[in-house]
Amino acid sequence: MKFDLKINKKNYSVDVEDGTPLLWVLRDELELVGTKFGCGIGECGACTVHIDGKAERSCQQMVELVEGKEITTIEGLSENGDHPIQEAWETIDVPQCGYCQSGQMMTASALLMKNPSPSNQEIRMAMNGNICRCASYNRIEKAVALAAEKIK
Amino acid sequence: MSNTFNRRNFLKLSLLAGGGMLIGIGCNESNEQAAKMPVSIEDLDFTSFNAYIEMATNGMVKIYSPNPEIGQGVKTAMPMIVAEELDIPWEKVHVAQAPLSNDFNRQVAGGSQSIRQSFPGLRNAGAAVKLMFLTAAAKKWGVEVESLKASQGVISSNDGKKINYEEVITEAAKLPIPENAPLKKVEDFTLIGKAINNVDIKPIITGKPLYGVDYKEKGMKYAAVARPPFGASLKSVDDTEAKAVKGVEQVIQFKNKVAVIANSTWAAFKGKSKLNIEWGNLQDDENTDVFDQQMNQLLRKNKLEEKVKSGDVAKARNEADQIIEKTYEAPFLPHSTMEPMNFFADVTDQKIRLVGPTQVPRSSANVVAKLLDRNVEDVTVEMTRMGGGFGRRLSTDFVEDAAMVSHLAKAPIKLMYTREDDMAIGQYRPKVKYKITASIKNGQLTSYELKEAIVNNRGMNKGIARFFPFGAVDHYSATSANVPSDVTTLWWRAPITNFLGFATESFMDELAITLQKDPIDLRLELLEKAKGKKTPYNAERMQKTIQLVKEKSNWGKAEKGIYQGFSCYYSHNSYVAEVCDMEIIDGKPVAKRFYASVDCGIVINTSGAKNQIEGAILDGIGHAMYGNMELKDGIAQSQNYDKYKLIRMMDTPVIETYFVDSNEAPTGLGEPGMPPSGAAYANAYMKATGKRMLKQPFFG
Repeated sequence: MKFDLKINKKNYSVDVEDGTPLLWVLRDELELVGTKFGCGIGECGACTVHIDGKAERSCQQMVELVEGKEITTIEGLSENGDHPIQEAWETIDVPQCGYCQSGQMMTASALLMKNPSPSNQEIRMAMNGNICRCASYNRIEKAVALAAEKIK
Repeated sequence: MSNTFNRRNFLKLSLLAGGGMLIGIGCNESNEQAAKMPVSIEDLDFTSFNAYIEMATNGMVKIYSPNPEIGQGVKTAMPMIVAEELDIPWEKVHVAQAPLSNDFNRQVAGGSQSIRQSFPGLRNAGAAVKLMFLTAAAKKWGVEVESLKASQGVISSNDGKKINYEEVITEAAKLPIPENAPLKKVEDFTLIGKAINNVDIKPIITGKPLYGVDYKEKGMKYAAVARPPFGASLKSVDDTEAKAVKGVEQVIQFKNKVAVIANSTWAAFKGKSKLNIEWGNLQDDENTDVFDQQMNQLLRKNKLEEKVKSGDVAKARNEADQIIEKTYEAPFLPHSTMEPMNFFADVTDQKIRLVGPTQVPRSSANVVAKLLDRNVEDVTVEMTRMGGGFGRRLSTDFVEDAAMVSHLAKAPIKLMYTREDDMAIGQYRPKVKYKITASIKNGQLTSYELKEAIVNNRGMNKGIARFFPFGAVDHYSATSANVPSDVTTLWWRAPITNFLGFATESFMDELAITLQKDPIDLRLELLEKAKGKKTPYNAERMQKTIQLVKEKSNWGKAEKGIYQGFSCYYSHNSYVAEVCDMEIIDGKPVAKRFYASVDCGIVINTSGAKNQIEGAILDGIGHAMYGNMELKDGIAQSQNYDKYKLIRMMDTPVIETYFVDSNEAPTGLGEPGMPPSGAAYANAYMKATGKRMLKQPFFG
């Protein structure tokens, strides 16, 4: 079946079965592989994207339900990799393996859209849904705080 | 090393042979420095000097990082060592992942050994090419090479002439590669010891293809494989429903497994979930409680397999004023890499191409050649950046499956695990128990007896059996007992020591309490006794490391309401001491802060090194708090993160890391921060609550 999707301000038409998770449409059909597969049940946050400005698990979003919505992936977070969150991640040198980081950054950037000056506790609560197996949590926390500082 | 290895040609060939890679292109290249360059990396013409180094006419240097990158930071640190000796500005370096090649030694990510074992080779590689540039310049100017100096890519003569490396590329590349080129003095290092960003930071933060899961070629199929529970076998399979899934192209049985081959990952996963499989031969003794009973029985026995013995433990026991005995228990653990197992394989009559996340490219090539009865020379392996390793990718099981499926399906395929595949049928950290018995006489530790019961003989070797407090106590023994199992087990970050460190250092705390000594003073005293003894660890280095954390953590002088726990451990050739600050918040003990001191010799990249310690401590306490894999009839009882808890941000203390100033040869850091962490937490917990943690996981 054909579905029309709006991703990173571009229009795409994809031919997939209904019920296909957005994650696999992004990764296998559109080659937007920055969004990562971690658990497939919405528990780890590696596949986080923005849907109409909110952080959502793309493994839990069926393609037919996101038609017409504004979808943003890590590839569309900024034109040149210079979103304050991306810059903060670079300044703090956050990643170890790096695999979960696009999901972490999508959760963090959605938080800052909603709450531009989060407290430490608010950062911790917002980021708690994203697992980092390398446990780079100290640096993620610092980077979110730094990005919030920058956008003030 | 030979300079016949021309990486650029290799790349060109592999691109042609690959039939046009799509997003595979650039998978292993770092774009960070490339972004700063005025021209694209692809447009530059590089000249090869040795297996590590190529230079373009604009002065850009490409350095190949030989070892697999699993998040331990070697893709940044190893090229830093080459760049240091080559003496070029880091801004001019572009790092690329080397494929498996005979030009490199030990292309393995394991045992925290990459930096330690490759340090001399990496230095030599850089120094040799530096000398080639110097020699070329000397010839050009008609002077002795010894009269020239090079620094940051610029050669200068006594009379003030200057020339850039790139201006003598052609002449330098024609020279033979010198052996024994002079190395820098440690105090002259300018790059080593700096905080350098992860070389893949740009592609990571912008979502570029980097990992095995991101690799794709035209015509590639996706495969998902159903594998039996531990010890079981395939009894029957009905694939009617699976084949009816749109996108599923083939269903293939091999050994006790069933592969579903499809045109997308989702179709392969869905097809696999529709297989109607009956597993036979389920093992009713592959149960967690059965293992518990077996281990308890073994630990009650007197005679286990001897690993180390010194003095007379039985005699010391008989003469003791007091005996302390504790048993520590740990469960099976899956590795839980965030990137599930996957691998690309293209098996044709001419050759076998393997691309993906492996910690052991050499073994991967060897086992696949053997599996398919082919020459190993026909196998190529390219390594992608890995979404974690932790030892899981030291196993080649998934590489073999990928190759077998490609062979049987006669197509290039990418094998993909679901999280359930990854967690339920993994290569677990073996379940293990330690029983420690100590004798005390006249307020002194007189004997120490360590007994181990572990699954699948994966316990301590004679080296680890000689870790602290061996050497510090007159009567010492370490013995082990095996519990055979069908559960596949393997190395898991800081193998053996990840839990032996907990047991030893929890017991030391217990001992300090019994002897009414400060826990740090007790360790320092015992280490004093170990000086001059033949031990794998250096007692003096350990003492220095302890002193550093003692000072940084304000040990013994913490504010009211802060409960401090101490732990230290030598493993993987590095020394780490940790203090955990715990507070009671809303009636619950909370780890608020960790101080870590580390002696890993020369620190290569301070940013990467600190990242490893921060991660290892949080990973260590996280698994100690929550990690648990129960088995019933060989079937994993947790198959995804809804039933398996990993540490999340809300539970994380702040980590402060300090390095012992050292000119010793560098050691590794992927693992050593982990073994002391659980005990630092547990010892602080004891202080805060009076409750002693003996069993992992602590909670849940």
